[in-house]
Parts: sequence; C-alpha cells; structure tokens
Amino acid sequence: MKSSVITFPGSNCDRDIDVALKKFGFKNKMVWHTDAELPKSDLVVLPGGFSYGDYLRCGSMASKSKIMHSVINFANSGGMVMGICNGFQILVETGLVPGVLLRNKYLEFICKNVFVKINDKKNKYFKNVDNEVLEFHIAHNEGNYFCTNDQLKEIEDNNQIAINYCDENGKIEDQFNPNGSIKNIAGIFNKEKNVLGMMPHPERMIDASLSGDDGSLFFKNLINNLK
Amino acid sequence: MKISVIITLKKDVLDPQGKVIHQTLDGMGFDDVNEVRQGKYFEIDTKETDKDKAKAKVEEMCKKLLANLVIENYKIIDPK
Repeated sequence: MKSSVITFPGSNCDRDIDVALKKFGFKNKMVWHTDAELPKSDLVVLPGGFSYGDYLRCGSMASKSKIMHSVINFANSGGMVMGICNGFQILVETGLVPGVLLRNKYLEFICKNVFVKINDKKNKYFKNVDNEVLEFHIAHNEGNYFCTNDQLKEIEDNNQIAINYCDENGKIEDQFNPNGSIKNIAGIFNKEKNVLGMMPHPERMIDASLSGDDGSLFFKNLINNLK
Repeated sequence: MKISVIITLKKDVLDPQGKVIHQTLDGMGFDDVNEVRQGKYFEIDTKETDKDKAKAKVEEMCKKLLANLVIENYKIIDPK
C-alpha cells in the first residue's frame, strides 16, 4: 500500500505520521506543498502542525496551496484522504468535509490523552476495529467543531460523524468534551466516507512503552481495509 | 485604490475572545457594555482604478479566502 504525506510550511507531525505509516507496512512518500502532482497513492495524509503559522484562520492558507488541487481531485474521485489536527483544519477550509474548527471553548491550548467512541464502522477507516472506544492524543487550540443546524442535520442523516469524545467506557457527555465541539464531535467524514478529518492524533499512540497502542490498532486495521 | 473589509463572526457563533474582553472591560469599570464581538479588519491596496470593479474583486477575495462563510460575514467599505 502506498501513502503520501503532504508537508506544508509549519507542519510538525509529518515525520511522526511517516514513522507510523511505515511501521504498519505503508510505503510512504513525503510530498512538498508546492508540488503539482501527487505520487500514486492509496492514502493521502494531511498532517498536524501549524501550517503558515495559523495565519488568517487555521488551515486557510494551506488549503489554497498548489498540491491541494491534486489532493482535492484525488478525494473527489474516491481517493482516501485523512487530515489529522491541522490536517482536519485544512480539510474543512477546502470544503471536502463540512463545518469549521473554532477556537477552543475555554481559550486554552489542550494537550492530553482523550477517549473517542467510534460512531460509524461502515467505512474503510474503522471497519473491523474490534474496540468501540480508542485512546488517542489531542494537542490543539482550535478544535471546537462547529457547523450550521442544516449541516448538522445532513451530517447526522448521512451518519458522517466518525468519532466523538467520550469517557473510557464510551459515554458521550458534556464533561468529556475537551473543547466545546458540537455533539462532542472529534472527527467527521465527507458524504462518501473516503475523506476523514479528526483532531486526535493516532500516530502518537503506536508504542505501548511510550504512550499507548490504540493508534497501532487503527493503522493495522486501516492497511488491511485498503488491501 | 485602497479598499477596506471588516469580517465579523455571525450572530449565532460563539466568540470566547469577545466574551473575555467583555469580562475584562467589566472588571476595569466599563460596566455598561452589553456585548463585545471580536472581528478582523483588512486594508487591500489594489491596482484596479475602477471602484465597482475593485469592489467586485475584493468581494471575490472575501468569498474565496478572507472569510469563512460558515461562521463569518464580511462588509466591504466604500473606498474614499
């Protein structure tokens, strides 16, 4: 399986995701944001970080960069595109996934482990994951998911919510919502579910001795689903 | 020609920064404030000399980059 990770000026999780993808069997290529063409890929990842210093709105500049034309075409033709953290912010700015990510409700940068509940398994990202709840890591200042009421209705009707913030038993309540996101939304799909944007970082959970192993579950499963 | 744009959050969008500014103003003794909403201001100096054409261009900029229309409104101010 071939993957590509796009590096923007200010990306800082691009190497982490590179390590994670390779660990679980992807042949990964790093792609610079000024490139015009994507290499042949089964998966494209927009990594976390602070592309363009978060100027104007997080992800807004990166969403207009040269490589993104190819990424958008790839996604629109059914290609798998995953945006993590700043990558999620870039995805909402392209319009590939609905909604926006606002400043966290309590104006704090949040850096901690969280539990997320998988809301939908009828997609290539979470199909065959045995667990209902995964422990991932978040580190962001603008992760407060917001959309209009009309968008929310559409998202729910199409089952586009990927993961919700919850407790370790999968209980989705306000007290387990770290950033004020509508409905505790931590990740969301496009309608066709080939594009996934999420705030948590699975690539930070690929080594039990360092942090945790739920990211390993996610990536092992993902590569199997793509075969 | 210089054209100015003001971008504000839509009414229903939470503005935590505006809230904190309001609270601080309150604490400083400005206790008659109903609400504070924070926004952005841009000055765009364009080569275009026709006022209507320049405004149309800036409007396109607002829609494509400067504002995110899910959460923000834009207002273009007439050039002097």
